[in-house]
Amino acid sequence: MEKQSEVKLFGTWSSGYCTRKKLALKVKGIPYEYVEEDLSNKSDLLIHHNPVHKKVPVLVHNGKAIAESLVILEYIDEHWNHTPKLLPEDPYERAKVRFWANFYDQKFKPSIYNIMTSKGKEQEKAIEDSREVRKVFEEGIERDFPAKSPFLNGGPLGFLDIVVGSSACNFKAMNEAVGVVVDPEKNPAFCDWVTAMKDCPLMKETLPPHDRLVAKMRSKFSLHSAAT
Amino acid sequence: MVGVKLFRTWSSPFALRAVWALKIKGIDYETIFEDLSNKSPSLLQYNPVYKKVPVLVHNGKPIAESLIILEYIDETWKHAPLLPEDPHERATARFWAKFGDDKVLTSIWSVFIKQGKEQEEAMVPALENLKFLEEELKGKKFFGGETIGFVDLALGWLGNLISILEEIVGLKVVDGEKFPLLSAWMQDFADAPIIKDNWPPRDRMIVKFQALRDATIAAAAAAAAAATSK
Repeated sequence: MEKQSEVKLFGTWSSGYCTRKKLALKVKGIPYEYVEEDLSNKSDLLIHHNPVHKKVPVLVHNGKAIAESLVILEYIDEHWNHTPKLLPEDPYERAKVRFWANFYDQKFKPSIYNIMTSKGKEQEKAIEDSREVRKVFEEGIERDFPAKSPFLNGGPLGFLDIVVGSSACNFKAMNEAVGVVVDPEKNPAFCDWVTAMKDCPLMKETLPPHDRLVAKMRSKFSLHSAAT
Repeated sequence: MVGVKLFRTWSSPFALRAVWALKIKGIDYETIFEDLSNKSPSLLQYNPVYKKVPVLVHNGKPIAESLIILEYIDETWKHAPLLPEDPHERATARFWAKFGDDKVLTSIWSVFIKQGKEQEEAMVPALENLKFLEEELKGKKFFGGETIGFVDLALGWLGNLISILEEIVGLKVVDGEKFPLLSAWMQDFADAPIIKDNWPPRDRMIVKFQALRDATIAAAAAAAAAATSK
């Protein structure tokens, strides 16, 4: 059994990338020490452990640092390779999960960020673009995982649930802070999945507190958001 | 459909990663060369999301995105492993592969498509990123250690594209004095068996990338002119 101090997670409370690591470690039953970073005043330790990017999250295990969100998740699954497994066993299934995790980070999340940081006509376009991306995502997930939804089918959280859920579950906060970002009427399938994930006890206890998140988003994006 | 197919173009450095991996593992495969200005229905069917190369199709199952393809190849054919066994070393390898794509490639490309003062400014982050790679090579012949591994394949495009880009812009980016280890690695990698037999023809690459640079600079100038004339 790992000692508390052997696993350290450097993060910030509102970062979805950090939520992912907390979820993964909890799913695997790994105790860890959490270190909250102030990104306007980064600690020497963070810079020492992630000299290349100087960002969170960073996982430090037995003194060795691992950075980059998806890399850390794979490490957690490989080092603590007991069940429950985060990734499926079959190489082709793994490739599909990795593909959609990458798509979520490279396309989906930035499309949401564009909505939050634009206004007026630009924001309308960003909302439309984001809807298109969500459509591709929904259709792709249905096509690639036809047997069952990857999102919480009564089983423990898996890789894609963690990657998507850690930020998707905050859409309600985004909708409140900035204006409608993800419309349940336009993307019902996606919103159903998100609602199912939000009901998972592990997700409930790990997600950042709703009101605090709304307040933070309001102050971060208030300069950009359209008048509601 | 049984067997392995690789959809690629003659010049794509990302597709070369898959070529190298398959050859290192000794896997027989069929190559389908794509014309990206006229994509085949098969490519669109196998990669509907991005519609890009490379795409690996194994027993009818398509896998897209070059680094994901490398992981698939390594997990399916377990001999001649590309990634190390130890989880921390695997995480380190994945980190550097991602760094290569997210930072090194984008910063060097920025230098390539700019000119004058903008190009000078773009050199700063490009050289900083290369310094990290130089550090990572300390005490090693290849990023994978004694033999070529995952990170070498991910960064392998440096082995021939850098000198092509340098020739076109007339600028030395990977200076042998500033980056002795990286320069040596680029040579060792480029000359390694399997790797050296698969580089695309240099003269064709020069024509292609010169045209790409000219078009990018022209487009940027047109956009700037349109913005100032409003």
